[in-house]
Amino acid sequence: MKKFIPFLALTLVLSVFLAACYGGDNATEENGTSDDAESSAPQELRVIETAEIPSMDTMLASDTVSFSTMNNVMEGLFRLNKDQEAVPALSDGEPEVSEDGLVYTFKIKEDAAWSNGEPVTANDFVFAWQRSLDPDSGSSYGPYLMEGKIKGASEIYNDGAEPSTLGAVAVDEKTLEVTLEKPISFFTSLMAFPTFYPQNQAFVEEQGDQFAANAESLLYNGPFVLENWTGNTAAEWTYAKNENYWDAENVSLEKITFNVVKDPQTAVNSYESGEADITSKLSSALVPQYEGDPNLVSWLEPTIFWIKMNQQNEALANENIRRALALSIDKQSLTDNILNNGSIPANYSVPKEFVQNPETGEDFREGNGDLLEYDPEAAKEFWAQGLAELGTDTVELRYLGGDTDTAKLTDEFIIDQLQTNLEGLTVNLESVPFSVRLERDTSMDYDLQFAGWGPDYLDPISFSDLWITDGGNNHMAYSSEAYDKLLKDAESTLANDPAARFAALQEAERVLLEEDAAIIPVYQRQANILVNEKVDGFTYHFVGPEYSYFPISINE
Amino acid sequence: MWKYLLKRVILMLITLFLIASLTFFLMKLIPGSPFSAASKLSESQLAIMNAKYGLDQPIPIQYANYMINILKGDLGISFQFNNTDVTQLIMNRVGPSATLGLQAMIFGTIFGIFLGVIAALRQNTWLDYGSTLVAVLGKSIPSFVFAAMLQYYIAVKLGLLPVAFWRGWEYSILPTIALSIFPISIAARFMRTEMVEVMGSDYITLARAKGASSFEVAFKHALRNALIPVITVLGPLAVSLMTGSLVVERVFAIPGLGEQFVKSIQVSDYPVIMGTTLLFAALFIFIILVVDILYSIIDPRIRLSGGKN
Repeated sequence: MKKFIPFLALTLVLSVFLAACYGGDNATEENGTSDDAESSAPQELRVIETAEIPSMDTMLASDTVSFSTMNNVMEGLFRLNKDQEAVPALSDGEPEVSEDGLVYTFKIKEDAAWSNGEPVTANDFVFAWQRSLDPDSGSSYGPYLMEGKIKGASEIYNDGAEPSTLGAVAVDEKTLEVTLEKPISFFTSLMAFPTFYPQNQAFVEEQGDQFAANAESLLYNGPFVLENWTGNTAAEWTYAKNENYWDAENVSLEKITFNVVKDPQTAVNSYESGEADITSKLSSALVPQYEGDPNLVSWLEPTIFWIKMNQQNEALANENIRRALALSIDKQSLTDNILNNGSIPANYSVPKEFVQNPETGEDFREGNGDLLEYDPEAAKEFWAQGLAELGTDTVELRYLGGDTDTAKLTDEFIIDQLQTNLEGLTVNLESVPFSVRLERDTSMDYDLQFAGWGPDYLDPISFSDLWITDGGNNHMAYSSEAYDKLLKDAESTLANDPAARFAALQEAERVLLEEDAAIIPVYQRQANILVNEKVDGFTYHFVGPEYSYFPISINE
Repeated sequence: MWKYLLKRVILMLITLFLIASLTFFLMKLIPGSPFSAASKLSESQLAIMNAKYGLDQPIPIQYANYMINILKGDLGISFQFNNTDVTQLIMNRVGPSATLGLQAMIFGTIFGIFLGVIAALRQNTWLDYGSTLVAVLGKSIPSFVFAAMLQYYIAVKLGLLPVAFWRGWEYSILPTIALSIFPISIAARFMRTEMVEVMGSDYITLARAKGASSFEVAFKHALRNALIPVITVLGPLAVSLMTGSLVVERVFAIPGLGEQFVKSIQVSDYPVIMGTTLLFAALFIFIILVVDILYSIIDPRIRLSGGKN
């Protein structure tokens, strides 16, 4: 790692977007890889994927494998690059934005075409977006990403309004005009999300039920096309280079083979035996044995794990009790000894190295620092005070956790910390599968819950939104007027003043943690992946699709 | 014989119906939402999704609808594999599981019976102890350990066979071995015990007295009788092998039914849980019938109809 520090420093200075540069060796080396596309090595790559592709219909997809695949074989108006910036893709340059920030006018690249030769038109977008707002379509990400953002989306999905009332209009063949409910500063990065990709209406209607059933019943407009994908139970599939792609000359790879491997040790074994070039993310137990390995690529994901405290519980409604719990977990010891995969303690609810102040470029964390740090002595005082207020000397809480090995170890450690530091506290662990935890979250059937969140768009609001009163993900009876007001301001009066909006969201985080101790942040996760040294230009993303393969070239 | 078969088939259908009903209600008792994006959906969005898939209706109505659809041969659509037909989903997955199961069953049974016979014929020699050791190890080493060891030493260290994936016959060798260790040990233990007993019975002494060679005695006279209990245990075992092993499929990255079934329970993918359970149950009941018929072929003393002829 050491010899890359000058590299790293250089990239830091050069890049406008300062945050995303801790990707590790391969990610920082990739400048100029497209120039050595002439390399004599066969331009073929073998990748381990963690799951089958559940859907290739952009409207139905709701998982990262689908999103990643779409990101490589299809394309939207924008794409994320390796610095996590949204850059124009199908959009011919930046869109024209109205003064009030509500109307975006996109010009679509003249040479953008589908794999059947037809041009990509503005109507393709209108069609796809309207389709995903049809309640009968079964789309979940359509309403999730469009309601409250694109004008008319909510009325169409919930009240059966005419699809044509959607604020997305094809002005002419190559001009798309999008009208928003409110100004959205990160709107172009949202356009990189596959749910907003175009679909060829004639093709989709002709295929009917068979659309997206396999590689043949799809149209592509991205750097690659899918081959040998027999449908969503396929455990192996390949990409071939799309010669019709408008930027095909900058794509080096000719072929990529994907294999689904669910066992993390098997993924590493196939890498070790030379049957795969890129593994899936390593499970925490496998990371220590590759520490210092030059082929280990690590990056801090914008994914935070925290403990939600259900304030319907009498004890947890007490702020001193919540604060005592929040201060009594030694997070450093957890990340060092239990996780041991480079994850870092989180004393915050908006991740580190994720979003920056639009004016100064300063990381969100620089402004707010650490909140609710480990402090067992203070915790004991708050605990005593809280117990006195409740008029009791024992508290018993249920703790809802996951059923994976890592989750169980983490939960046991946390419960031990809580019970050791806080006298009179009994915590009972309930380890349940993911879907059960979600349901009990919705019905608020828990006291403490270990949960995590990864963002869907490049904006702090992806996290801040979670805690507004009665918010779709609050589910812990947290309600703060001050917090709600800050969020409301950020979305309305401050929407066109990025710096003030950013400050409001930072203030909101302080209210959530410093004033109310509403959740217990625990750690921010690090991703670790093995990438063969002959692979140049490995590129990962923070939101939506996880990987881009088209910047990759193979050198020997 | 035909009357008996008809009776059995009717009983089988009743059993299947009971299994389907029981599974349906048990499954509805498992908490959890089938929508993977549930945490991101608002309540009204979830309500619309539930209505679309009929999950908002009372459970007895859902049950009636499901049963009617089964009779029409429609197993419904999967949630985790966006709207894919369950029948097709199972069809796509059953191939690798069945292939592996069949291979493991054939290899395991033959090798296991062979080990058992050798052990019985050479009682208390090193052959006997060796075969016992194999059987005990096979039964007591968890399959995830054995599969992982096979993969690590034979594929990664020695590079003799592929590590994982499902691309051709050579890819099935290691998983077949991993899967067959269980039938080997079962068959070997049962076979040895039975052989020892049969070899001590009167008709074997008679056969020897008539001057039959020891090979003829062992394989022509003794083996057939000794097979009965082995077939009793191997029948159901074959079903569980052919419907896929979660562990072996995971370790060798094989796209089979085992992994998919477990996942479908974890994510509350109701139609897939039901479809797979019905398939397993039907196969199981069918194999039990086949085993009963086999008894009468192997041992004429067993009569299927059970009554007077």
